Amino acid sequence: MIPKVPLDKQIKKAVNGDEATAYAAKQSLVDVVAAYPITPQTIIVEKFSEFVANGEVYTEFVPVESEHSAMSAVIGAAAAGARAFTATASQGLALMLENLYIASALRLPLVLVVANRALSAPINIHCDHSDAMMMRDAGWVQIFAENTQEAYDTTIQAFKIAEDPEVQLPVAVNLDGFILSHTLEDIYMLPDEEVQKFLGGYRKPVKTYVDYLGKEVEVKLDPSNPISIGPLDLYDYYFEHKVPQAVAMEKVKEVVKRVNEEWFELSGRKYGDGVIDAWGVEDADVVVAVLGSTSGTVRYVAKELRKEGKKVGVLRIRLFRPFPFDEVRDLLKEVKVVGVMDRALSFGSFGPSFLEISTALQGIRNSPLMVNYIYGLGGRDVPPSHVKQVFNELEEIMKSGEVGKRLRFLGVRER
Amino acid sequence: MLEIRWHGRGGQGVWTASNLLAVAAMIDGKHVQSFPAFGPERSGAPLMAFTRISDEPIEIHSMIYEPDVVVVLDPTLLGTSNVTEGLKKGGTLVINFSGSPEELLKALNIRKGEFRVFYVQATKLAMDILGRPIMNTAMVGALLKAQPLASEKAVEEAVRMRFGGKLAELNTQLIKKALEETKEV
Repeated sequence: MIPKVPLDKQIKKAVNGDEATAYAAKQSLVDVVAAYPITPQTIIVEKFSEFVANGEVYTEFVPVESEHSAMSAVIGAAAAGARAFTATASQGLALMLENLYIASALRLPLVLVVANRALSAPINIHCDHSDAMMMRDAGWVQIFAENTQEAYDTTIQAFKIAEDPEVQLPVAVNLDGFILSHTLEDIYMLPDEEVQKFLGGYRKPVKTYVDYLGKEVEVKLDPSNPISIGPLDLYDYYFEHKVPQAVAMEKVKEVVKRVNEEWFELSGRKYGDGVIDAWGVEDADVVVAVLGSTSGTVRYVAKELRKEGKKVGVLRIRLFRPFPFDEVRDLLKEVKVVGVMDRALSFGSFGPSFLEISTALQGIRNSPLMVNYIYGLGGRDVPPSHVKQVFNELEEIMKSGEVGKRLRFLGVRER
Repeated sequence: MLEIRWHGRGGQGVWTASNLLAVAAMIDGKHVQSFPAFGPERSGAPLMAFTRISDEPIEIHSMIYEPDVVVVLDPTLLGTSNVTEGLKKGGTLVINFSGSPEELLKALNIRKGEFRVFYVQATKLAMDILGRPIMNTAMVGALLKAQPLASEKAVEEAVRMRFGGKLAELNTQLIKKALEETKEV
């Protein structure tokens, strides 16, 4: 299929992941950006502030004094009807945390790019997913990009997903710190006007009927049509207002899939069905499930193993929240052994993806044997040899039928 | 897919060299990846950068452990870093070196014929043309002689995109000069 914008009409550029998301935000007619710099995200807001300084965008750029303020400012902007964007990582995300819950509960369609980085202590600036997993219960949509191209594509898609009338939830786009944020890759970008058409121009807040105004108004803070957003709400109604958040989450999967298809028609690029990007899973005996940039390395190894006749597959989870339970269940139900690679650990439990996938497979007769690999904490590199080790161990589990240790640490020195 | 590992010191433009090559290869229609061995950037400290060039989209996102080509920007690293580590059998070394071929093989601790070895006096050329010991573009030129991973035209364009003005001109001149002067052991 020839995309609506063929490749020769797209702009080819060598950029790092941070720049890619900055360009995406630039093209997405963002009204307000409020941000505070933190490695490895800094390039995003640095680049965006250049666009502002050069007069290339009409965005109000608010250089705030902390990430707590950054999230507060974009919450305020979005509540006033603006399309708002910010970016952070690690400790910065931790500082945003209480406001993240507010953004989602107020149903504000913000977009946040997280350049995933380990949490202190010990202090470390490199990649893992501990920061993203800290916000997994905050009511945000969470998408993980595999490469720089996808970081660009997903940042634009994120606005469309967030602002969908059925969704109206904030979206976090995750890209692996340094591995994507600071790595130069060749990407294709769409012309500005195509991105703007895709998003339908500037943000249009959803409307609702307000009885005391006697009319339908946009849900935003507007002195000419005054409404309250986020007032005190105790045990008489709080619960009723939390359930719609769960209901909105249920709609997200279909919207992500639809946006993935629309993007494909426009650009020629798509990422699996939008929620899962599976490779070789259909007839696989052994599957590795993984998020983010490591998926590429796992697929690289899996392709080599396939050439040797090994029936291996890769399940890349693109949409982590809401978690695609049904899709995972359908894809993995016939598989014999599943190795789940997590770049974060819930101390005292397992890796977050392992818990989700276990839930997805719960109740299946002869469900796959499962083992959890914690890998790459603090930016520890994952060479193909480590991935091969994982596949080898999964094969051994398949042959013996014995799982052994369910929680394993990959690429760690023995004590 | 070809994998290149660059060795240099902080401040010598190691990552810039890797980026220039990647951008040039992209202009030639290849898929590319360029990244440093991530860490705090300290002037003078040994560091590495990595380039991948491929006809197919590049999926792998780990560091490079078994490069096809190794480029060394700073000859003082030969005694301290094992620059041949992991280099593929019959792989290529491109070294900034001012001694004799025999001295170079000794400094690399390899036998003649073990790898393809190219060398150029990049520091001298950089001092002559730029007036500063920044050897990154000279070593891009030397690499092109050893292995034409990008067209000269694309490299020139990449240099213009990166530097602009007079500096682009001088660096283009330096690349040409280094390409001419690079010899195989």
